[in-house]
Amino acid sequence: MFAANIKQVAALMQNGQLSAKDLCELCIKRMKRIKELNVFITEMPDLALNSACAADRRIKNGSGDILEGIPIAFKDNFSTAGIRTSCASRMLKGYVPPYNATVVEKLISRGSVLMGKTNMDEFAMGCGSVDGAFGPVRNPWKYRFEATRRDRPGAAQSSPSAARIADRGRQFHSASPSQCLDVEADDSAEWFIAGGSSGGSAVSVASGAVLAALGSDTGGSTRNPASYCGVVGLKPTYGLLSRHGLIPLVNSMDVPGILTRSVDDAVVILNALAGHDPKDSTTVFEPFKPCALPDVASIKGLKIGIPQEYHAPGLSSDMKDSWQHVADIVENAGATVKRVSLPHTALSIVCYHVLCACEVASNMARYDGLEYGHRAKDESSTESLYAASRHEAFNNVVRGRILAGNYFLLKQNYDRYYVQAQRVRRLISQDFWNTFRSGIDILLTPTVLGDAPSYRWFSKADNRTRTQEQDVFTQPANMAGIPAISLPVALSSNGLPLGLQLLGQPFKEQQLLTAAKAIEQLVNFRALDFDKLLYCD
Amino acid sequence: MVVRLFMRQFQHNLIRQLKRYSKRAALKGERLESQWETVIGLEIHAQISAKSKLFSGSGTTFASPINSMVSFFDASLPGTLPVLNRRCVEAGILTALALQCRLNLVSMFDRKHYFYADLPAGYQITQQRCPLAKDGHVEYLAPDEVHRKLVLKRARLTQLQLEQDSGKSLHDVEMSHSLIDLNRAGIGLMEIITEPEFCSAVEAASFVRELQLILQVIGVCDGKMEEGSLRVDASVSVRRPSEPLGIRSEIKNLNSIRHLMRSIEFETLRQISILESGGQVLNETRAYDVETGETVSMRDKERLHDYRFMAEPNLPPLRLYTNDTVPNGVPSDQIINVDELRAMLPELPNAKRERLKKQYGLSVEHSNVFVNEPTLLECFEKIVANQNLQNVKIASNICINEVLAAVNKKNIAFSASNLSAESVGELVELVQDEVISLLTLRKILEVLLQDSSKLPKQVIEERGWHQVSNETALENICCQVIAANPKVVDDYRDGKTKVFNYLIGEVQKKLSGQSNVKAVVRIMKQKLDT
Repeated sequence: MFAANIKQVAALMQNGQLSAKDLCELCIKRMKRIKELNVFITEMPDLALNSACAADRRIKNGSGDILEGIPIAFKDNFSTAGIRTSCASRMLKGYVPPYNATVVEKLISRGSVLMGKTNMDEFAMGCGSVDGAFGPVRNPWKYRFEATRRDRPGAAQSSPSAARIADRGRQFHSASPSQCLDVEADDSAEWFIAGGSSGGSAVSVASGAVLAALGSDTGGSTRNPASYCGVVGLKPTYGLLSRHGLIPLVNSMDVPGILTRSVDDAVVILNALAGHDPKDSTTVFEPFKPCALPDVASIKGLKIGIPQEYHAPGLSSDMKDSWQHVADIVENAGATVKRVSLPHTALSIVCYHVLCACEVASNMARYDGLEYGHRAKDESSTESLYAASRHEAFNNVVRGRILAGNYFLLKQNYDRYYVQAQRVRRLISQDFWNTFRSGIDILLTPTVLGDAPSYRWFSKADNRTRTQEQDVFTQPANMAGIPAISLPVALSSNGLPLGLQLLGQPFKEQQLLTAAKAIEQLVNFRALDFDKLLYCD
Repeated sequence: MVVRLFMRQFQHNLIRQLKRYSKRAALKGERLESQWETVIGLEIHAQISAKSKLFSGSGTTFASPINSMVSFFDASLPGTLPVLNRRCVEAGILTALALQCRLNLVSMFDRKHYFYADLPAGYQITQQRCPLAKDGHVEYLAPDEVHRKLVLKRARLTQLQLEQDSGKSLHDVEMSHSLIDLNRAGIGLMEIITEPEFCSAVEAASFVRELQLILQVIGVCDGKMEEGSLRVDASVSVRRPSEPLGIRSEIKNLNSIRHLMRSIEFETLRQISILESGGQVLNETRAYDVETGETVSMRDKERLHDYRFMAEPNLPPLRLYTNDTVPNGVPSDQIINVDELRAMLPELPNAKRERLKKQYGLSVEHSNVFVNEPTLLECFEKIVANQNLQNVKIASNICINEVLAAVNKKNIAFSASNLSAESVGELVELVQDEVISLLTLRKILEVLLQDSSKLPKQVIEERGWHQVSNETALENICCQVIAANPKVVDDYRDGKTKVFNYLIGEVQKKLSGQSNVKAVVRIMKQKLDT
């Protein structure tokens, strides 16, 4: 079951070999088993079973929708009506939105079953899913489950270990080495980070708790964990999917990201979500033509660019080899592979940080504890109430970005930082356009520098340093708004997945996904064998 | 209501204000007035008449139950996005066209950040860098300060931008709580900024009145200052003639024309007296205290604020099209065509005044009154069109000096008086044909205002108010009056012609005001001069 794709599972349900309820129960069981990975912030087993039964009834009544009964998860920054949406922040720990994000609405109305809301970095600010108020997400690859056999009643609640992690959640992001060591002291096993900020969504898919999950991608937050967890992570073109209801990080770069175990599954979800939304003025009006991929995808005749600037310092030899290997494979399969240059790539990450901080400073201004969210006790004045609420409820990372953003936007700094960063952003977009105009169809790059780092290593540096390293290959696509996909291609020498990234032209998802599927079929990556991992320890 | 009435008596009040102004100045000594110039710039916030808010679908009805007109977006729930209201954009364009502005075919929205409880998002969406329109002007009538005649003036506008209104904070001092009402939060505003070039309170007030009228005529703002649909901030500074601009203070949120004038007058004198005594005017925001008639410092740090402007990333640039540039294949509900809107503009007040002057030979003052009283004008134009009048002036005089005066006295609007064009037309006819005198007309109006079901002729019939034009009857009365007032008659014949009116009045008295005055004057003159 867990090896099947959405189309196959849907077919089983359609011909009565599998009920949505049975599938849902399997997923609930899996969710319990992976409790220690701290994947979900909110699990809704009862609600999920109800919707699964409803899906069964609709299937019986003739609904042939491919998404009927398909278990899915949403990152906890997508608004879900009646279900807490915390953004992994103390600020929204008690916030229950009264409305569904458009992408949530679209999947639910098609009959998919919402299993839970996944863990992440606070307000999606991070690249490891370690900086959230609910503690870090753990990568299932090479994870040694020690507590899984202790099946507990009422597993919808946090497991003791997850709760322990959550209690310390606030200490993690202080990033002081002593505290990090302290945490590791009672958690002796070495484990790997899931990547982020959509780490929970990536792990939920990798571990088989759901068939597809939505993440968000602002600088690589979907592709980065996809690469670390060995799943497919699609960042569609900016403007193709509605952001309405997605709690923003950087409005001008955010897109809902799709995490699945195969390119075909990503296509199913993309087709369900793409299109204009009157509630999001930045979505395009042109009607979306659903992607349709052939059973056997070909890459023949495509011109693949290899940008030389992506040979960046810190690129692991494993990753470099896989990159070279895949370039050779596609060339052998009939594609033209060409070295290209995107000269402004190195400037991108700095520019990204400035723009990100500015929009963060602005977007976070609404969290004052008045209408919703955490409200401090200090009511001596409106200003002190604001200050106390915001100080108590935002972690250091969020506060740091707010401070930086406000600094960049000050009148005397505006031109030097904000305007300058926007200029550079245009240059980065230009780089892509020039490459595409020169006849290149798709760019092939590494998604990240290497395989998943261990938590021990990752937490030795602060969030700022890590995002600078981790987002270096992914954020240019957000700066330019172009579509990108990360797909697993190999295992590193350490036995961890490695992802490569394909960058396509705006709104040419069909071409990008066809190429991705072709590569997927050529490399034949073996997904995580979860049952082995869980039971053969 | 109070303010509406005030508008109607505007001309009258302007003159009164002027008198008071010069009297006050005189008290401070002639010296001051001649040595100081006031410079005023205005910022007007006009709420757009639209069913829904600028960026959300919630309603905009005034005085709705607290927090009942609040969408998720208005309350700044995370993840909500602004969706621009087409109606608000069209209103902005119509206004820009009416104000002779240069429209920006591409304009942008910006976020202006500041923390305030009634600003839920922590920023206001406005148009700072690239507003909807720039460089306009308004021609308006203002009373000349010396001759008190209406003179045409021109005010230049810096820009017109679309932005969100804020909510309202109600401060409960006793409980030390603030209560927030978000009904107003997010309502579409047009901010209209003028150049600093008004030189008196009267000028500024006349401009605001004209602007209010324009907005009402094109239907983009109801202009109700008392409900806050039109709010004015005034920047006031004083300087000696030909010197550079002085330091200004800004008087915030003036919600009546009266307050606007009083606050500017007060502020002018306050600044002059500070400067005269060697002090310095502070660049600060001030509020007008209605009770004392004074402006007081708001002591806020707003001036020191850095609003950290940033482009609103959730709204694409606002593009406008003309007949020549409308793109093919884009759904028409996504296109805003300026030329189509221009064609929809009704006759604007200035054009209307010009037309009335030309078409009917009306005075500036009368055409101005009509422009301010659209229903009365409609009545007037009906009368003129229906009746073959030898003299349009009689009709305009009766409409303005008699009918409008009568309804004003009753504190009601003409439109609410139930006086039909038919009755007023009949009155005009009766006066023109010398069937009744003006005194009788006033009495008939009294009756009609009580009971609008009757027509003037009916009233005359019922009450026997026919004018006495019978020559012999009038001659008799004149003789009686002459006989009864020998001393006055002597005075008259000695050259004190002023007493003539007294004698006419006596005749009128005897005939309960129903005599044909013209005939009486003629006969009386005849009798006295022979």
